[in-house]
Amino acid sequence: MGKTLYDKIWDMHLVAQAGTDNLIYIDRHLIHEVTSPQAFAGLEEKGRKLRRPDRTFATMDHSISTKSLALDACGPANQLQLRTLMENCEKFGVELFPVGHKKQGIVHVIGPELGLILPGMTVVCGDSHTATHGAFGALAFGIGTSEVEHVFATQTLKQGKAKAMKVEVNGTLSIGVTAKDIILAIIGKIGHAGATGYVLEYAGSAIAALSMEERMTICNMSIEAGAKAGLIAPDQITFDYLKDKERAPKGADWEAALACWQNLKSDADAQFDTVVSLTAEDIKPQVTWGTNPGQVVAVDEPIPAPTSFSDAVERTSAEKALKYMGLEAGQKLSDVAISHVFIGSCTNSRIEDLRAAAKIAAKGKVAAGVNAIVVPGSYAVKQQAEAEQLDKVFLDAGFEWRLPGCSMCLGMNDDLLQAGDRCASTSNRNFEGRQGRGARTHLVSPAMAAAAALAGHFVDVRELDK
Amino acid sequence: MTGIIQLRAKAAPLNRANVDTDQIIPKQFLTAVTRAGYGKHLFHDWRYLDLEEKVPNPEFELNRPEHQGSEILLARENFGCGSSREHAPWSLTDYGFKAVIATSFADIFYGNCMNNQLLPIALDNSQMDKLFAAVDADPQVQIEIDLPAQHVRVGEHSFAFEIKEHHKYKLIKGLDAIGETLELVAKIDAYEQQLPAWR
Ligand code: SF4
Repeated sequence: MGKTLYDKIWDMHLVAQAGTDNLIYIDRHLIHEVTSPQAFAGLEEKGRKLRRPDRTFATMDHSISTKSLALDACGPANQLQLRTLMENCEKFGVELFPVGHKKQGIVHVIGPELGLILPGMTVVCGDSHTATHGAFGALAFGIGTSEVEHVFATQTLKQGKAKAMKVEVNGTLSIGVTAKDIILAIIGKIGHAGATGYVLEYAGSAIAALSMEERMTICNMSIEAGAKAGLIAPDQITFDYLKDKERAPKGADWEAALACWQNLKSDADAQFDTVVSLTAEDIKPQVTWGTNPGQVVAVDEPIPAPTSFSDAVERTSAEKALKYMGLEAGQKLSDVAISHVFIGSCTNSRIEDLRAAAKIAAKGKVAAGVNAIVVPGSYAVKQQAEAEQLDKVFLDAGFEWRLPGCSMCLGMNDDLLQAGDRCASTSNRNFEGRQGRGARTHLVSPAMAAAAALAGHFVDVRELDK
Repeated sequence: MTGIIQLRAKAAPLNRANVDTDQIIPKQFLTAVTRAGYGKHLFHDWRYLDLEEKVPNPEFELNRPEHQGSEILLARENFGCGSSREHAPWSLTDYGFKAVIATSFADIFYGNCMNNQLLPIALDNSQMDKLFAAVDADPQVQIEIDLPAQHVRVGEHSFAFEIKEHHKYKLIKGLDAIGETLELVAKIDAYEQQLPAWR
């Protein structure tokens, strides 16, 4: 029987089998300020060393201000966390991209940007959206702080093997439909916990046609379906993206790597535990209506009635969500007014996302009463956008143009919503309170977010593109 | 860390699905650099009516007087979904929970429990119905968990649960996972020796 891509990467990284535990080697360990301090403290308490500082990379993203480069801009607790990261990186010899550094940015944006993430690698980070890096055909997943400490000390992790699910998307996307809509449609289909216990592999002609940035958007949200990781087999698009990236291999190493990467795909006779298929032509721009990413509809469809769910738990969940969101079954999302727009996060803050949003923003002005911010994913994205004068487009239309960071994706800084605020957001989680206590989040693509900013309510972006 | 073997305690019912990590411990409490003290912020948004945590929400299940001192939490599908933040199990254990019994768990949360001596038990929805009903009928009812035997008992009901051997072993022994792996350091060295330059 053939092997899946997941099997192949797994086999490449098996260090030892200890009972029912498999010890897996970790090639890249990304860290940030929120989930690392207790792990560093744990190492110190036990007098242990950080085994491979050269495989460990740190950035500041969650607790930083997007208005100021000052470490204390968001209060003493955030500052302490940032300073603790600086001290720990210094002490343990870890390369850090601090606030203000040219390579700083959201951890899942800068890793790929620097060429740190390569096909066939294992990548971990104390952050659930580590799944992003699966776009390169790397096995990438989020871990808890105890596991961060385990990787620090051993450069390995004990892992059980997950099941494999293939998600096939074939066909051609319609104009105005994006990678974000694909992944929201997938989660809508399989459910918020539909991939729990699985590693997903995205395949099919619609996936193969996507750029690396679009593939990152898809893999990023694998965790929102409950998956351990999401993978896309590397191809010429992947190799072209990586070639000449700062930290990518060069010369003979590049050739050797390429030779290995050519084989990184699921064999034709590989067996998946589950296969799911979608048709690209059927996918429309998506908007979430509820409080988990699986509670999603196409922008031109009514919000479903809780009674339409046969499962009792889903029904109660839908009722609670509608109550929290201040919405009613049957309502059309295009009739729902918004107060805020957030364009950013590790899902949708790369240059192509900003270009797509700017293209819409250029068509008008942010509606009265709407507060709209654009937060580039990294310093490099910000620079590129400014070179293309996208910042001007946004500013002229009435958007704010901010410094890179996680920002309003989770609001650990002062980019927070108030109770009752309704936000069109390009981020990945619409959980209760995610963007602020009592705040209501609707997940959409960058183009849909920009269109909502101009209209003051959700609109079908396909209408604008005509 | 000491291990978990048997537990006999009352349970607090949180009859909800998709209880996510943003609800278990909201982001504003993630700025600490230590592992302790998260219990008072557990379920902050649901538990308190104010941001200062001075006014408990009387409607919230866990605030009812009869559920104080519970060591077991009952919930539904997909408990712990969302973020990888280990602050979630830290806040549950700091509050006093030793076990969570739910219909299912998110993967990262489940793994994080193992590193924090918090026992996650998955039962099916009809079994959960019986547990919720038992606590509903008598909030003081004692639920018995036997980890080695993999059994949950309440009144005349007894449910077997599944748990991987190595997880069970770890919870019972309270092992230091890193110490164990470091015993395999020769294998890690050997593995690193054969890595290609590009990796
Ligand atoms: S942008 Fe949001 S989801 Fe991504 S790493 Fe930051 S907080 Fe997490």
